[in-house]
Amino acid sequence: MITEIKVPSVGESISEGVLSKWYKKTGDTVKVNEPLFEVETEKATTEIVAPDAGVLTILTAEGDKVLIGAVVGKINKSTAGASPATSPASVSASSASVATEPATSGAVSNPAARHLAEKAGVDLSAIAGSGKGARVLKEDVIAHVESQQKPNAIVPKDVRREVARETRQRMTPIRQRIAERLLHAQQSSAILTTFNEADMSAIMAFRAKYKESFQKKHGVGLGFMSFFVKAVIEGLKAYPAVNARIDNQDIVYHHFYDIGVAVSTEKGLMVPVLRNVDELTFAEIEKKIVELAVKAKENKITVGDLQGGTFTITNGGTFGSMLSTPILNPPQSGILGMHAIQKRAVVVDDQIVIRPMMYIALSYDHRIIDGKEAVSFLVRVKECLENPERIFFSV
Amino acid sequence: MAIESFDVAIIGGGPGGYVAAIRASQLGFKVACIEKRETLGGTCLNVGCIPSKALLESSELFLQASKHFENHGIIVSKPQIDVPAMIARKDKIVKGLGDGISSLFKKNKINRIAGLGKIIASNRIEVTDKTGSKSEIEAKFIIIATGSEPASLPCLPMDGEFVVSSAEALNFKSVPKDLVVVGAGYIGLEMGSVWTRLGSNVQVLEFLPKALPISDSESAALLQRSLEKQGLNFNFDTKVTGGKREGGQIIIECEKAGQKVQFKADKALVCVGRKPNSLGLGIEALGIIVDPRTAQIKVDQFLRTAVPNIYAIGDLVAGPMLAHKAEEEGVAAAENIAGGKTTVNHDTIPSVIYTWPELSSVGKTEEQLKETKVPYKIGKFPFIANSRARTMGETEGMVKILAHEKTDRILGVHIVGPRASDMIAEAVAWVEMQASAEDVARTCHAHPTLSEAFKEAAMAVEKKAIHI
Repeated sequence: MITEIKVPSVGESISEGVLSKWYKKTGDTVKVNEPLFEVETEKATTEIVAPDAGVLTILTAEGDKVLIGAVVGKINKSTAGASPATSPASVSASSASVATEPATSGAVSNPAARHLAEKAGVDLSAIAGSGKGARVLKEDVIAHVESQQKPNAIVPKDVRREVARETRQRMTPIRQRIAERLLHAQQSSAILTTFNEADMSAIMAFRAKYKESFQKKHGVGLGFMSFFVKAVIEGLKAYPAVNARIDNQDIVYHHFYDIGVAVSTEKGLMVPVLRNVDELTFAEIEKKIVELAVKAKENKITVGDLQGGTFTITNGGTFGSMLSTPILNPPQSGILGMHAIQKRAVVVDDQIVIRPMMYIALSYDHRIIDGKEAVSFLVRVKECLENPERIFFSV
Repeated sequence: MAIESFDVAIIGGGPGGYVAAIRASQLGFKVACIEKRETLGGTCLNVGCIPSKALLESSELFLQASKHFENHGIIVSKPQIDVPAMIARKDKIVKGLGDGISSLFKKNKINRIAGLGKIIASNRIEVTDKTGSKSEIEAKFIIIATGSEPASLPCLPMDGEFVVSSAEALNFKSVPKDLVVVGAGYIGLEMGSVWTRLGSNVQVLEFLPKALPISDSESAALLQRSLEKQGLNFNFDTKVTGGKREGGQIIIECEKAGQKVQFKADKALVCVGRKPNSLGLGIEALGIIVDPRTAQIKVDQFLRTAVPNIYAIGDLVAGPMLAHKAEEEGVAAAENIAGGKTTVNHDTIPSVIYTWPELSSVGKTEEQLKETKVPYKIGKFPFIANSRARTMGETEGMVKILAHEKTDRILGVHIVGPRASDMIAEAVAWVEMQASAEDVARTCHAHPTLSEAFKEAAMAVEKKAIHI
């Protein structure tokens, strides 16, 4: 019994991706639900598990583009030691996905082409046949296999230099999507940034005071982010346009607060979304953030985790940024930039004092948010950060 | 009198012309075919492929009865040869096939016009019948299919009696005791084989240092050795300089390595190639380009001459002078007149030499691959290791497959052996389908058949033949 391994749907409106990594080799025995490979799409990287137990045959090489539903490998059950023990129920359940034809059916091909493709673990349907009637010839498979062995073949060789003057690398789907979306945001909205600064003394005092008990009780550290999220909610409640989006001629106001928190990963920036944060406690927010950050770093984030935010917070401060002008995450209309906290001399009650200060920036879509609202929003956020009790009393 | 008008007029009723006529008729055209001979079928049917095969078959049976029956335990008294009866059988076959084409013409409502056609304007043909009277027809499209005729040697002009072409060699009334064949091409070897088997002492004179110069050298040499065993005598590097009659015989004078050599014979058969019948058609005046060196008519890939409504096919245009190539081009020309874009792939036209063993080929020779620096692999399999060949007692020869070193694509197939003429069909299909040697090796062949030798040769390309 052969079970085909197909690329499952990894989210709405996603039709293709790149098979970025196989965890197993052809010939490996795999168990049901054991992670097999990962698919990188324009939105996320998803881990795909084995649909069945048996011996794996890989048909699609790492780095190949795959369509949702494409067969990338197969699992031969008959050669797996566990197969006799399979219960009748699970056999009938899995038989729905058992291939009735070889995975290579569809493409018309010559016999040696089929044999070589099988041997090389290449999906024949991914090869354009050069023969009569688009028949896939042995030479087409040879050329395909060779082209995969030399991915850097397009880098011209410079005989005079040991080191190439430049290298060219295809953007990953995620990077391509980021590039596309950022450019789109810049071109399709009227982005303006307003700045303010916040004295972080109060928050730092709270953190110092409750650090240990918070950690003990909730199993998570009390960070800055929960304060920022809560402060932002106060701002959004006061100035609903900042939590709105434009849809053609209409302004759509959101009566919920789903806040995206930008997380840096190896593959690029990701913005997982915290849902209904107005209903969450500080501890719940901190836990959610940790959970999403871990998921993002382990490539386990799903498209669902990334969709539908109404406002975004990005923290350039973790890398030392003093000031920046964040770019909107469409169709959202506002994004708050946090920055590094630095001790600076500030004047309080006509006295020069040392305070831990942070510049905060709000980039907003000027089409629906007037300067007055934007500035007022940021002032409200500043007030809540400097006096966190305002959050609790909504003053 | 009103001039009759046609959609398509074809000059020549040989394998190219008559096939073009039938295809054009199938496509709905009103078709005329002008042929100077009494019978259709051209050189191929009347004085070429078909009659020579009839005589090759008869002479082979005679040889079998004389020499090989006893190997099978069949004892016959010494067989006698009745040349006139053999010729009459051949003539009957030719007539039968000719009548067949005539009835195909009737079935397809093709107007057969007897006489010699000459194009006098781009859509007008003058026909001169055998009484010398002239008439004219009109045609929207013209296909020239006048074929070729044997080339002659200026120093040894044909006289129809002592110095003859292949046409007369099909009609000898008795077995010549001594026969000289000038030219070791396929016609010379086939006709030389016929008369050797029937008892002639045959001397083959060839100007070049080897037989079948355009065939794969290794295969040609293998065939030559078989023919020598059968009694053909080869004289290479031998240049014919003249001939003279002496008594009832002819003396052929030659030069070999600077020495004068003479061959005395009852008949001398000149087979030094064929030349296109492109002259006297009146076509150059219309702007059709004829290569002065080869006498070939220049056509584009769709077989159209420089005059857009005039096509030329077969021996008149570039490519091997073979009936099946002309037939393919006849179909292509008719389809192109109907607005098609049919081309003929010259790389997949098989050639066959009907000696015994036979030699058949498709694609490139080893020499051509070397010359063009194409890297190749060779797979060979001898018939002595093929069980069917053993049961037939026909174990001479081999199958040779040339495949691209890297892609494994089959580039050439050369078969010397029994029924090589039939075996080549499989090779042509594989080459046409751009197959690799491994494709053949992975395809089941029936046992016991000669075709297994082909599969084994394909396996031998990767040195994985089973039975050797």
